[in-house]
Parts: sequence; C-alpha cells; structure tokens
Amino acid sequence: MKLRVSHGPHLFARETTQTLMLDVIIALMPTTLAGIYIFGTRAALVIAISVISSVLFELIWQKLMKKRVTITDLSAVVTGLLLGLNLPCNVPLWMPVIGSAVAILLVKQLFGGIGHNFMNPALFARAVLLASWPLHMTTYNLPQRLFLGSETALSGVDTVASATPLLSIGKLTNTDLLIGNIPGSIGEVCKVAIIIGFIYLMLTKTITWHVPVTFIGTVIIMSYLIGVDGIRAVLTGGVLFGAVFMATDYVTNPMYRLGQCIFGVMCGIIVVVIRKYGGYPEGVTYAILFMNCVSPLIDRYSKKKIYGEVKKSV
Amino acid sequence: MRLSEVGIFVFMIDCILCNNYIFSRFLGCCPFLGVSSKVETSIGMGIAVTFVMGLASLFTWAVYEYVLLPLDLTYLNTIAFIFIIAALVQFVEMFMKKSLPALYSALGIYLPLITTNCAVLGVALLNIQSSYGLLESVLNGVFGALGFMLAIVIMAGVRERLETSDIPLPFKGFSISLVIAGMMSVAFLGFKGLV
Amino acid sequence: MSKNDNNLRGVFINGIFNENPTFRLVLGTCPTLAVTTSAMNGIGMGAAATFVLIGSNVVISLIRSFIPNKVRIPAFIVVICTFVTMVQMLMQAYLPALYDSLGIFIPLIVVNCIILARAEAFAAKNNVIRSAADGLGMGLGFTLSITLIGIIRELLGTGMLFGNQLLGSGYEPMLLLVLAPGGFIVYGLLLGIINAIGERRKKNNKGVTSA
Repeated sequence: MKLRVSHGPHLFARETTQTLMLDVIIALMPTTLAGIYIFGTRAALVIAISVISSVLFELIWQKLMKKRVTITDLSAVVTGLLLGLNLPCNVPLWMPVIGSAVAILLVKQLFGGIGHNFMNPALFARAVLLASWPLHMTTYNLPQRLFLGSETALSGVDTVASATPLLSIGKLTNTDLLIGNIPGSIGEVCKVAIIIGFIYLMLTKTITWHVPVTFIGTVIIMSYLIGVDGIRAVLTGGVLFGAVFMATDYVTNPMYRLGQCIFGVMCGIIVVVIRKYGGYPEGVTYAILFMNCVSPLIDRYSKKKIYGEVKKSV
Repeated sequence: MRLSEVGIFVFMIDCILCNNYIFSRFLGCCPFLGVSSKVETSIGMGIAVTFVMGLASLFTWAVYEYVLLPLDLTYLNTIAFIFIIAALVQFVEMFMKKSLPALYSALGIYLPLITTNCAVLGVALLNIQSSYGLLESVLNGVFGALGFMLAIVIMAGVRERLETSDIPLPFKGFSISLVIAGMMSVAFLGFKGLV
Repeated sequence: MSKNDNNLRGVFINGIFNENPTFRLVLGTCPTLAVTTSAMNGIGMGAAATFVLIGSNVVISLIRSFIPNKVRIPAFIVVICTFVTMVQMLMQAYLPALYDSLGIFIPLIVVNCIILARAEAFAAKNNVIRSAADGLGMGLGFTLSITLIGIIRELLGTGMLFGNQLLGSGYEPMLLLVLAPGGFIVYGLLLGIINAIGERRKKNNKGVTSA
C-alpha cells in the first residue's frame, strides 16, 4: 500500500484540485474581463503570456525531473492568471515570462510541487519583479475605456508613475473607484468585479470568510483610527484583490480558524502601517508575504488539542 | 539614526525590521543556517544570543571608551573585542550550566559557537562606527539580537513545515535554506524606509 | 584515494574542489553574501582572507607543539587577529576604495569560520609546508567561489563587470540580484546546481569503474 506523507491540510487527489482551481478561475473571470475591457488588448496579452508560460514551465520541469505531469490540475493556470492580474498592463512582455518562471520553478516546484510552497507564488513573483524592475512595475497607464461612459478627472494625463497611484486619485469619487475608472494593475481596479468573485468563492465554499473579512475589516478600522477614510483605503490599491484572492491561498495561510483571523488582522495592520509610514505607497504585497513566513508559527501555537492527547510531564 | 532623535520604539523597529541583522546586514548567517531546524532550539539560541549581544555591546563600548581611546590604541579594537566576547561566552556558558541546565544541554555545541557569530563582533564594531553612546550601543545589541531571533524562529517554523516535502536531493539542506532566506529577505524589503 | 591526495598538490587542490569552503563545507557565509555585489569586491575579500589564512596556518603550525590544549582556541584567535589587523592596516593605507567597500567585513575575517576551522582541523596537526599549501588552496577556493557569485550578481544585476559596461543598453538589469535577497538566492541556487553536478559525476564515475 502506498502511503502518502505530507503536511496538512490533507486535502485532495488531483481530481478535486482541478475542481477547486476551476472555481478560482471562474471567480477571477469578472475581474479579468473587466481588466481587459478597461485596459485594452495589451492587458489580454499580458495575462495570456503569463498563463501560458506558467503552464509551460511546470510542464518542462515535471518532464525534466521525470515526475508525474500535473498541469491538468489547473494550479499553474491559476498562478499565471493571478500574476498577470497583478501587473500593470504596459509591462514589457518578457516580464510575465520571468515572473512565471520565478513563481512556478522557484517558489513551487523547487520546494516539492503543489502544497509545499510556503509563500504565495504569484505574489512572490510580483515582489521580485517590483524589486528588480521598479520603473516598469510602477508606471500605470490610464484606463482606455470606462464603464458608465464617464470621464475621469484624470483625463489629459497619459501615464501615472507611482506604486499604485494612491496619491493622485484624491479627485475621484467612490463610484469611480468601485467600477475601476482609475489606473492600476489589470486585476485590481474594478472592485465590483472582485466582490462578485468573492461572493462566488463563498457560495462554492472555496474559501472561508475569516481571512478576507478580518483583513479588510482591520484596514478599515485602523485607517479610521489614524485619521484616514477607511472605506476609501479599501477601495484604493490592491487591498480588495489581495484580501480576496492572494491572502486566501490555503497552502500559505494558517490552517485553523483562529490562526486565520490573526493572519487577516496582522495583514491589515501591516498594510496600514506601511501605507502611512513606509517607503512604498502600497503595502499589500509585502504584508501578505511577511505573514506567509509567519504562518507556520501561527499554526504551531494555535493548534487545537487533539482528543485524548496527554500533556508530557516535565 | 540617533536614539535621542527618534525615540526608543522607532529605534527598535529599525533594528529588528528595517535593517534586520540577517536579512539586511548578513550578520549571524552561520548559526542562522545551522541551528534553525527546530523551533525550540531556535528560540533558545535567540535568547542566548540576545544576552550575549547586549552584554558584549556594553563591555566592548566601555573598553573602547575608557581604555583604547585614551591610550590611543584604537587599532587594537578587533583583538580587544574578540577577547571580551570569548570571555563573555565562557561566563554565559558557566552561568547557563548552573541555572538553566535544560537550555544548556539543548544548545550543546552551539553555545561556544556564539563566539564566532559575526553578529556579536559585528554589532560591537557597528556601535563604534556609528559613534553610539552607551545606552544606544546596548539597545542596538539587544534589539539587533531580537531581530536575529525573529529571523531564526520564523526560519525554523518554515523548515519544520518542509520536513515532509519532496525537495530535489541536490537542493536539500543548505541550498534550500539559503533560498528560503532569500525569499524571506524579499518579504522584509517591505519594511525598508519604514522609519 | 590515490597517492596524489596526500602530497602537497593534493592538499592544495583539495581546498579548491573537494573541500571548497563555499560550496562544499558551506563556511564563511556572511562575507559570501555581503561582498558579492561585485566581482571586484569578491576578489578583494578573497585575497584578504587568503593572506590571513596562509599566515595563520603557517604560524599555528609552527607553534603547534608549544600550545597547551586547553588554551588552543584563544591562542588561535590571537594569531588570526594579528594577521587580520595587519590586513586591515595595509588595506586602509594602500587600497582605500576596497577598504571602504568591504567595510566591517574586513575585521570580521577574524570570525570567518573557514580560518578557525582550518587552524583546528589542519594546521594544528600538520607541518608548515603542508599547512601553507592548505591555506593557499582553501583561500583560492574561497576567492574563486565568491568571485563567481560576484560575477553573476554584478553582470546580471547591473550589466557591468569589474566596473565596465558589458551588456548593451538593450539589457535591463535585474536589480534584485544586487540587493540582499539576491545574495541568498544566487548562492543557494548555485550551491544546489553544483551539488547536482557533483552527484552526476559520482554516478558516472561509478558506472565507469563497474563497467
């Protein structure tokens, strides 16, 4: 009998992984389509290249290492999709390729494949791209097409350069922010689309509410505490996208509910602190990556007592 | 960054997060890679290093200020410091053997190795280089060591988790540990410029 | 083990390949990570460490029969310190730019595990000539290794090599490589790759001898 040794959550055979990933892809469709509509065909190209390279890299690695090829479990597709959505639409096309290599080969396959990565692959790849080619990663084009046919207050400006231009959007209304009439990464601008995705994930029980709700809640509350509009803080930058799609990756966040709440709260705190005091206008990427590192410890100390376990006497 | 200008809390954040001794300064990497396979041992090592670094900062500063400087022998600081640190570690060892025998046996050979931990000599030299006063030096030592402890403990958490992972054989051990450290270092980049 | 391994040439080659301090023994990781942001820094640190290594190995080997066992570690440290202080002063006087780039990692050569480890494992048990050969081999192995890492990081991270622009303006340098994480990741991946090559050669050699 072949026994499988692995770290929890002991979740799935390949078939179940596929349906899980399929649900995530479906949940990402609204924001993908919104992003392509708003930013044009270049955005579609970036996403396509990201997805194709991710799948190819996984295929090549598994063939070279003589392992079972698992690209049909769609996890590489999800990683590629998440990475593409996290990029500004005008990045040079080699960047999603390098990002996919980092995400799939370094973060995922080198550590043993699906379930063994300790950091979110797409997010780590984004952080690597950001640190390596900061200019490309922080130059955001203005939306090409806008929902509801409105003119944004930023028309007349060609590109905006800053890490998610939180600074220059003071003139936009909350509605603008909700439907994506702002420059930003392809997937993060249309908040309504993200919320639709979130509802789908909750309905299909793909994720639980603990991480996203505590994350977003903490950002809102802490923002008000330091004198900033909390709702606006959530509607700008990558908070919503990060909280719904990146922080909820159950390989890299804590296993137990209490741990997940702690994870969400701490992510929120770090985001607000970095935004207020830090050198970067956007802190979501680093907050989640840092908490990924701390996850194993959170698990260790928030473990539930197993029935019948006897405490070792000192 | 002077303590008087920024206050103790900001000074602490700077030492632990913004200029973490492992992830930014590369001091203390040998024990970081060698001792980080279990969380308990890492916590113990972290506490021991905090103790040593705090006291080392104190004594090295005092010797520099009151002996080397007046006698114009500052070029001997490396020799003087390393001796103070070696003696200190001996004392800490004896103290631990008597009062904390469990921790002493858990750390085993790693305790005398704190003498060659670059972070200890490093912080002593950094204190002098930055012209810190007595309080600043000691705090720099203690907070720096806490940053080291943070790094080594989260590393242990991740490595324990990876025990059952199918990492390619040539990469097991030091290689993957270095890659993990690099990935954590990327996460810590977010704290740059925080203070 | 062939006869070659025991003579001087064998001792020397050992430090470069079989027991390469950076990629086999994994010692001296702190300077390896810190100074490999450029190839020149790698060479500079390597040269300084080699000087100390040869010097301390020779002296320790000379006095090895006179040191009581109990105080051998402090004695080693005194010797190593002397050479490090010499290097510090020489560099400060004649190579000030390099001295500034390497910063506190020059005095930190004192606690570079390679030097103490070789003193303990080799110089204390071998004659002067062999200890000198070991020092030279280890030092050279260290220098070559960190220069290799330095070349990779500098070339891909800035497009330059030894300060000269090598890769054209079409190449966009990957900044991460010259930042802190770059050091860890390049060293880690290179270590894994070299391990893999070593494994493959061992397998091939086994195949040859059994054929």
